[in-house]
Amino acid sequence: MLHLLSIADLSRDEIETILTTAEEMHDVQTRPVKKLPALRGRTVVNLFFEDSTRTRSSFELAAKWLSADAINVSAKGSSVSKGESMKDTLMTLDAMGVDAIVMRHAGSGAVRQAAGWVRASMINAGDGMHEHPTQALLDAHAIRRHLKAHDLGTMEGKRVAIVGDLLHSRVVRSNVLLLAKLGASAVLVAPPTLLPPGVEHWGVDVSYDLDTVLPDVDVVMMLRVQRERMSGGFFPSEREYIAGYGLTAQRLARLKPGACIAHPGPLNRGLEISSPAADAAQSIILDQVSSGVAVRMSVLYHLLAGDPGTQRRES
Amino acid sequence: MPSTKLSAVTLPDGTRTDLFIADGVFVDDAPSDAETLDCDGLIALPGLVDIHTHLREPGREDTETVLSGSQAAARGGFTAVCAMANTTPVTDTAERAEYIADLGRRAGLVDVTVIGAISKGLAGEQLAELGLMHTSAAHVTMFSDDGHCLMNPQLMRRALEWIKPFNGVLMQHSQDSFLAGPDACCHESEISGRLGLGGWPPVAESSIIARDVQLAEATGSRLHVCHISTAEGVDVVRWAKARGVRVTAEATPHHLLLSTRELEGYDTTFKVNPPLRTDEHIEAVRQALQDGTIDVVATDHAPHAAHDKDHAFVDARPGMIGLEQALSVVIQTMVNPGRLDWAAVADKMSHLPARIASLTNQGRPIAVGEPANVVLIDPARVAKVDRAASASLSRNNPYHGRLLPDPVEATFLRGAITYRK
Amino acid sequence: MEQTARSMLSADDMSRVMTRMTHELLERNHGSEGVVLLGILTRGAPLAKRLADIAARDGQSVPVGQLDITMYRDDLRANPTRSVGRTILPCDLDDRTVVLVDDVLFSGRTVQAALHALADLGRPRAIQLVTLIDRGHRELPIQADIVGKSIPTAGSERVRVHLTETDGEDLVSIERSA
Repeated sequence: MLHLLSIADLSRDEIETILTTAEEMHDVQTRPVKKLPALRGRTVVNLFFEDSTRTRSSFELAAKWLSADAINVSAKGSSVSKGESMKDTLMTLDAMGVDAIVMRHAGSGAVRQAAGWVRASMINAGDGMHEHPTQALLDAHAIRRHLKAHDLGTMEGKRVAIVGDLLHSRVVRSNVLLLAKLGASAVLVAPPTLLPPGVEHWGVDVSYDLDTVLPDVDVVMMLRVQRERMSGGFFPSEREYIAGYGLTAQRLARLKPGACIAHPGPLNRGLEISSPAADAAQSIILDQVSSGVAVRMSVLYHLLAGDPGTQRRES
Repeated sequence: MPSTKLSAVTLPDGTRTDLFIADGVFVDDAPSDAETLDCDGLIALPGLVDIHTHLREPGREDTETVLSGSQAAARGGFTAVCAMANTTPVTDTAERAEYIADLGRRAGLVDVTVIGAISKGLAGEQLAELGLMHTSAAHVTMFSDDGHCLMNPQLMRRALEWIKPFNGVLMQHSQDSFLAGPDACCHESEISGRLGLGGWPPVAESSIIARDVQLAEATGSRLHVCHISTAEGVDVVRWAKARGVRVTAEATPHHLLLSTRELEGYDTTFKVNPPLRTDEHIEAVRQALQDGTIDVVATDHAPHAAHDKDHAFVDARPGMIGLEQALSVVIQTMVNPGRLDWAAVADKMSHLPARIASLTNQGRPIAVGEPANVVLIDPARVAKVDRAASASLSRNNPYHGRLLPDPVEATFLRGAITYRK
Repeated sequence: MEQTARSMLSADDMSRVMTRMTHELLERNHGSEGVVLLGILTRGAPLAKRLADIAARDGQSVPVGQLDITMYRDDLRANPTRSVGRTILPCDLDDRTVVLVDDVLFSGRTVQAALHALADLGRPRAIQLVTLIDRGHRELPIQADIVGKSIPTAGSERVRVHLTETDGEDLVSIERSA
């Protein structure tokens, strides 16, 4: 692997390798010395054209725990408005000789475009409404830990509901691809206004009815719904959204035993997810956060630890 | 003025003949000093007319000038282009229109006709001085806010009424800005959903066309639909024509050839507005061009600097250049499959666009006494398009690397050679 | 290139050597009190387990774990990225005597990496090294405390340790490129 741009680019073996290594990395977080020397001398830049606290700090910790030098560049508004093209921004950082650029951008496809311009490894930390591959990997990691802890087997054959604003979500696209590769099935639940066009071609089930979906799933993944979407006419009111698609305390009771609740954060408590659901025993939301560092350590390790020449030739 | 003999040239109707040019017009016998061009195997088409060209001057002379755009046009076989109004400053006064017309005359390679803005500053709020632009030395008859849709239906109605006395035409960029807002950059489809690009649904085009043709019918004024790209839009135009509405429509070369699939790699060269559509729409546009629902091919030649394209897809400027490959694409998509003959190509790329633009010295038949605006083409030659080999100052060429017909042998404007391979 | 293999330890030899090494280990540490065995992946892990099993037969219970040193290798960069193995610590290492177990001691770089790894895992009271084979050619000032068998080798030779747990049979041989 030279870049991590999309789950679509990963083979099942590569996914297994990343997730297996992530399990080892997870243990490091409980050690007294949370530091591995694998990326000594490597430099990782977090280039965020869009604000993010959790993803950026998660990547930063991952890089530092692997002994890489990590710097954060906030490029918000620096590109189009200041006359510098996105390409200029990327080429400038690349010319400094960095090894990897972790990039988030509000424009779909931006990280793939960047990979065509630079020598460094590009890691997609979320591109517009397109993909967020490390989020999907950490979701899978956290779900696997939940399954293991409760002796519920593997991801194979498990059913995952993804609920919420799927139209604007990069998380859903990465997760649909990853779940399929891991042998799990997905059911997407959203109002028609928040479903992506062409979703019927994604090879997943689609439903407008959360109540009928809940009893059948092993995981329910709630996605954030931005309140600003109301002004775009995507839904009439918070009340009406919650009535149809919120994971309320009442709906919690419809989940089967052993089913877990996931949410990539940040939470809109009282909108897409109620506090009783977010804080329930079967919630893995905080485990997703700790999984984030482990998965990102694994990704950085596999992209950067080896001889870059070899990887470039292989890719 | 040089005299020329075009020997054994094939006319659009298929007849082979010798043509003689003297003093800028076709004459019936060889002048004694005529230079002879062996035109065996070449077809003579009337000089092509593009009614939708962005020349970027004044304002963005780094991307195109009237001169460089004229050179690109001549290479593409054009003898006339119509310069769109979205320059900086916007062409919304008589003085600005005359300035551009003057630049065109000084370049002297094609006739540059000026399109005026419909609304001041393209803001869609207040009418530009349509009548004064018309009575100016630039003789503006075509008005467009292209790049923006004139959304306000009342203003659209007033504009149609205002230009009626001088038989002007409004060229509408049909895009409902609510249905297809600023982030809409990909045909709404499975591809836009998968790539996470803002969807641009066909109804955003067809609903505006539907409104406008009814306003045109109500006012009895002339409407022209720019860059029609959807099956739904075509259906509305077909319906309006059947009712006798004075509406014409254009298709661009890129909407005839390129599909939404080009966006898979997020290459911003392929970002254009309206966006590249899927196969069923491409077929509908080809069919409509064939059956006359779409009257003309117009390039929407839109040069952009690399630094305006080197952004995330959603942030990059929309538009692609097209003057030099317009005829290539028409041959590839319409002539080679047998959907248009050369006479029809002459109609759709010369006669009819000249009529829409009210040009009296362009789009004329190749006949004695007519201005010698003519392009000689070799319909069989193909070549790989190289964006670097262009007279345009910009390189946003969507055909780069493609094998396409490379027909243009020479272009004559009133008997003078403006391009020769 | 033709290769010839020479057997150095049979299954029976290995069994005897392992028993002797276990006794040396217990003697050296005055029993098993405070001792932790850590096998270095890959083949050090089953060897450590065997040492613990032999000790158990003598009524001595020794905690046994395994150590993956991939991330600590000084040649990490020279190769394509390696998969990471699992480090298992049976108990806290602080103030214990950690006995590292490996199959072959050669340049000493693996042991150096293991020492670095241990430094991040805790603060043992002492660290000892047990190796089944010492083939010489050290590049670092590292020596084993207990050696199963010393085999003088040429640099071009290759010592192969086969274990039932990983390779289906117990055998040590030397391969020479002829």
